[in-house]
Amino acid sequence: MYRLTGVTKRYSRGKETVEALRGVDLTIEDGDQLVIQGPTGGGKSTLLQMIGGLDRPTEGSVELDGVDLARISEAKLTRVRAEQIGIIFQSFNLIPTLTAQENVETALVPLGVKPAERRERAAEALSSVGLGERLSHAPSELSGGQQQRVAIARALVKKPKVLLADEPTGNLDEGTRDDIMGLLEGLWREYGLTFIMVTHDSSIARRAPRLATIKAGQITLTEQSFVQY
Amino acid sequence: MFGIYLKRELGRRKKAALVIALGLALGIALVITVNSVSAGMTQAQGKVLKSLYGLGTDMTVTKAQSAPKAGSSQGPNFKFDAKSSKKTTQSSDRVMTQGGQALSSSLVTKVAKQNGVESAVGAITLNVTKVDGSFTQGKAKSSTSSSGSGSGSGSQQQGGPGGGTGNSSSGGQPQVQGGGASFNVNSYSVAGIDIGNQELGPLATSKITSGKTFTSSQTSAKVAVISKSYAKSKKYKVGSTFKISGTKFTVIGIATPDSSESTTDVFVPLKPAQTLGDSKNKVTTIYVKATDSQQIATVKKTIQKNISGTTVTTSADLASTVSGSLSTASNLATSVGKWLSIAVLAAAFLVAALLTSSAVSRRVREFGTLKALGWPSRKVTRQVVGESMVNGLLGGALGIGLGLAAAYAVTAISPKLTAQLGSSGGGGGMVGGMGGPGGGPGQQSTSNTMEIALSAPVSLTTIALAVGLAVTGGLIAGAMGGWRASRMRPADALRSVS
Repeated sequence: MYRLTGVTKRYSRGKETVEALRGVDLTIEDGDQLVIQGPTGGGKSTLLQMIGGLDRPTEGSVELDGVDLARISEAKLTRVRAEQIGIIFQSFNLIPTLTAQENVETALVPLGVKPAERRERAAEALSSVGLGERLSHAPSELSGGQQQRVAIARALVKKPKVLLADEPTGNLDEGTRDDIMGLLEGLWREYGLTFIMVTHDSSIARRAPRLATIKAGQITLTEQSFVQY
Repeated sequence: MFGIYLKRELGRRKKAALVIALGLALGIALVITVNSVSAGMTQAQGKVLKSLYGLGTDMTVTKAQSAPKAGSSQGPNFKFDAKSSKKTTQSSDRVMTQGGQALSSSLVTKVAKQNGVESAVGAITLNVTKVDGSFTQGKAKSSTSSSGSGSGSGSQQQGGPGGGTGNSSSGGQPQVQGGGASFNVNSYSVAGIDIGNQELGPLATSKITSGKTFTSSQTSAKVAVISKSYAKSKKYKVGSTFKISGTKFTVIGIATPDSSESTTDVFVPLKPAQTLGDSKNKVTTIYVKATDSQQIATVKKTIQKNISGTTVTTSADLASTVSGSLSTASNLATSVGKWLSIAVLAAAFLVAALLTSSAVSRRVREFGTLKALGWPSRKVTRQVVGESMVNGLLGGALGIGLGLAAAYAVTAISPKLTAQLGSSGGGGGMVGGMGGPGGGPGQQSTSNTMEIALSAPVSLTTIALAVGLAVTGGLIAGAMGGWRASRMRPADALRSVS
């Protein structure tokens, strides 16, 4: 379970100080699906970074199962990211010089998984997202949708508790977007993940069971009816 | 994953990796070449000094030539009588000691007893000037007939008709006509050596390649060992005989010097040489071998302190008097060459570091993503350092190849360099009968020019240095890039736009 209390994030931009988040309070139960929506520059990605332990708040606490990610050491935070949090990015963020299988393996490297087991698990993860035939393809040889599937496989191969997605369909066409969203929701239900997604796409936001609208660093929560992809 | 990622990344950035590697290769090749050429020059200088100094000799003891009295002449003096016929030839040798004032032979024993001296031997160096030719009288003739006499005096130049004085007149006054001198001057060096210890002294720099060397029973024998070049010029061989100042010597051996030239033409036992030079129980140079080559300076001080009035010259002292293109090139290699290679290497390290750092900056999203996936900073840094090390080792391998090729080229071409060793007689410990004909009043200046072929030997130490530099280059570049990578935050992965 996530509990965010009074989370504030300030950045210095030259002489100016920008407050990306202002006193955000948020609770996310295990297995929840939460979509964070808002205008550009509203603080969506910043909030996701706090939740994912990618950055630390200026003030406040970010507790994941009682552990305050804002206070623990860098080494422990890295460990949390390695074991418990899977992340998907808008631009896929695959390593261009590695194959699809090797990209998925990178998520298992910090866990000390042996090479043979890594390869096997990566192959299984890619098969589960429909890319069993593309193991040895480089990212440049895959379509946008396929690259995002590789990224999803990479996020889930370590069987995390939390899946974070930052605009996962931002660089995809409508048809592919629906495929990816369908895949993500399927995996969310199958693995009982806590799924938190950032999007500016209203059509996606409308269908989520819980919607957090963020504007000027402040958040408004809305419970909705979940509409499956 | 480390190896695969490294290999793929270097493959992706082939051009940049090659630029870094070539930059390092150039610096390393320059270091190897300069080091090898410097080593070659040191070897060449060593050969020069060894040939002049004697193998096994650590220092020499001599005494500076004293200033001559006013009005006296130290040069050779020749007297010939004019003969009536051109066909009558005359010959005269003048033997003079070289290398400074003669020292008493008892000093050799005194030097040998000094602290730190393993052994000492004395030698006498002579210069023999031989003038031979014909000196004929002129004939006094009147306008119809002439008779008379004149005298020709020996001079050190080739002469033509000429001669004495006379006067002429149309009234039957006699005039001197005809007469003159035609002569050759030959100068060569002779070293009288202690045949009881031939491992030290002038003959130690040569190998007997024909015949044999002196035996212990020949201390007073009129026998000689001739240098190969002198034997060739005089067409001497083992068994030949020749005269020095009327004394007949028999050639028992031919000696080939270790270096390109020998400074001594003829070697004879010490006693006959002392007799020839009218220097009974005298030597001109004492050759000294120290018990510990690291203590040469100390032994020098001991001898100078306990035996006053002498000059002690070590190999290091002689080295400072070497001039010529060998010396110039050696100075260039050690000063300009050294600093140039340091500058190029520093530039190569800087370029490698900057390019690596720049490459890391371009991979912000990649490294940020890996950190977001849970890669600790040290793993990311290790990746960057690993890539840099491979670049460094590649540069090192290329540099070693280039450096070896350059050193091989220098050795193959073997450029000839000259070494001139110059000093005043008696003050610089010149040995081995160096110098030309005896000089005039005052101190003699002697110098010897040798030609040495330069090589560029590559030692294991130089190769190890090159490998060390390659590793250092890789580490410096890797440290720079790794530091940048370690400072990257995972949040950068989300913000960075490709």
